[in-house]
Amino acid sequence: MRNDTSDIFFKYFLALFPCLILLLVGGILYQLLSSSSLAIHKFGFKFFASRTWDPVIDEFGALPFIFGTCLTSFLALLIAVPIGVGSAIYLAEYAPSSVSKAISMLIDLLAAIPSVIYGLWGIFVLVPLMRNNVQPFLGKYLGFLPFFQGPNYGVGVLSASIILAIIIVPFIISISREVIMTVPKVYKEASYALGATRWETIQKVILAHAKVGIFGAIILALGRAIGETMAVTMIIGNNPNMTFSLFSPGYTLASVIANEFSEATSEMYLSALIEIGLVLFIVSIVVNILARLLIWTVTSGESLALKTGV
Amino acid sequence: MSTVNFDLIFERTKTRRYLWDKLIVYVLFLCSAILLFMLFSILSHLVVHGISALNVGFFIHLPKPVGEPGGGMANAIVGTLTLLSLAVMFGVPIGLASGIYLNEYANYRFAQLIRFTTDVMNGIPSIVFGIFAYVICVVPMKTFSAFSGGIALGLMMIPMITRTTEQFVRMVPNQLREAGLALGAPKWRVIVDIVLPSSLGGIMTGIMVALARVAGETAPLLFTAFGNRFWHHNLMQPIAALPLQIFSYAISPYDDWHRQAWAGAIVLIIVVFAINLFSSLFVARRNKFLGGR
Repeated sequence: MRNDTSDIFFKYFLALFPCLILLLVGGILYQLLSSSSLAIHKFGFKFFASRTWDPVIDEFGALPFIFGTCLTSFLALLIAVPIGVGSAIYLAEYAPSSVSKAISMLIDLLAAIPSVIYGLWGIFVLVPLMRNNVQPFLGKYLGFLPFFQGPNYGVGVLSASIILAIIIVPFIISISREVIMTVPKVYKEASYALGATRWETIQKVILAHAKVGIFGAIILALGRAIGETMAVTMIIGNNPNMTFSLFSPGYTLASVIANEFSEATSEMYLSALIEIGLVLFIVSIVVNILARLLIWTVTSGESLALKTGV
Repeated sequence: MSTVNFDLIFERTKTRRYLWDKLIVYVLFLCSAILLFMLFSILSHLVVHGISALNVGFFIHLPKPVGEPGGGMANAIVGTLTLLSLAVMFGVPIGLASGIYLNEYANYRFAQLIRFTTDVMNGIPSIVFGIFAYVICVVPMKTFSAFSGGIALGLMMIPMITRTTEQFVRMVPNQLREAGLALGAPKWRVIVDIVLPSSLGGIMTGIMVALARVAGETAPLLFTAFGNRFWHHNLMQPIAALPLQIFSYAISPYDDWHRQAWAGAIVLIIVVFAINLFSSLFVARRNKFLGGR
């Protein structure tokens, strides 16, 4: 192979771009850190423990938003994981190939819907349904639990969690399905040969083999749920209170940024909001690294990007 | 003294196991069915609510003030197209060059590092990209602008484009490269004249998928592009965008604006779905053609 100057030049020219990607990610971290230094220095760790969020006296604490993000993400996973893993098993193991392909394509469409449209649907379809039917029903029959008490507005933590669940479920399905399909066929055949039924094979062989990857998919979905902004902002009611009542309005890290960023008047206010952005950035990086490591152990480094869109 | 009838026990558990095996299919199917129902519900509401507000005026008029009938989202549609073009100009060169470098030149460790970084970057919440664009663009220039919105969206496209470009470049058979090299072409000519043209279709698909993903993004535009009820005159001004307009109309208290929001949502979703369907058909055909990856 010839190795003239133009070739060397081309190689190093191209090499600039992946380095630029590394620089960009580092740059995001640096900019977030330096723009939020005001709030970091003033509040320190108290930022994560204080419940005061008062722009008038420049006192900021992020606890209600952290609480809201944890609560909605947890509930969303609670709803999305059984449905997602169940669907993935159905699509990978039971459905005839043509049906599986058709359903997968439709579920990919679900993943492609922009979150602002989920929000729109949430405001005009889900919220009235929750207010008039679902929440009165829950209040009547499960009202003895603290989760289902309190005034019923329709907007609130429960509605937001349901929307979140619908948004993250396609990610769980597409990755879990790919992971389940990597289980070698001989394992399944060995299990059938021992007289196991199909369901027993799924439980004891396939899920045992795929559980690390499925767990990775769930963590990845958790990352999505934590960072999801628009649909939640439109549905959750945007009120920084901390109760376990799922009917009450709440607030999340992402939605407080979306709502208040462009009206932040003081330096400190803006700095506090950017610090919340920094928290989101770090949490999502940690969650993603964890999830990718888990998924990579199963798929040996092959990106699922083109197959699953994540 | 009774004896244990093993056959009977075996028969009973067997029946129970087989019954359970039959039932579970329906439970699992139900999981998928719920999701299909959700998709159906969202799409049917979009059509029912949106169609009535969708007319020619919607595509050629500016938004009207509250109370005046009519009005459209012409500026928002043009604004979204402008923002997407800016995003392409910013995101595609970086993603494309990185993808090619990863497959053609990079050593294993560097390639794994970049792959990992792009995968992680893919999971950063979109609103964080908005904050970044705000800090590096809006603050120094002291104005919300189309330019900063384009940067935010372009950044989000980079990881997707890098990974898909790398995958499609890898699909190009090595014999083609060797043939080029055997003819005495330097490696860069082989890449530019042989590898790129033969993987161009796939690369374009990757770009389209990335575009479809950022086309509906609202959060990173909230405090970069900001929105505008009139035409923009240059790229250093706030600019309207379809998702932003849908958002602000949806949370407004006016029925007329709600109808417009639904109409905007129909337009947005048709664009996004069309790109997605087209590219997944393309990928399916390509995979069949090349016998998988």
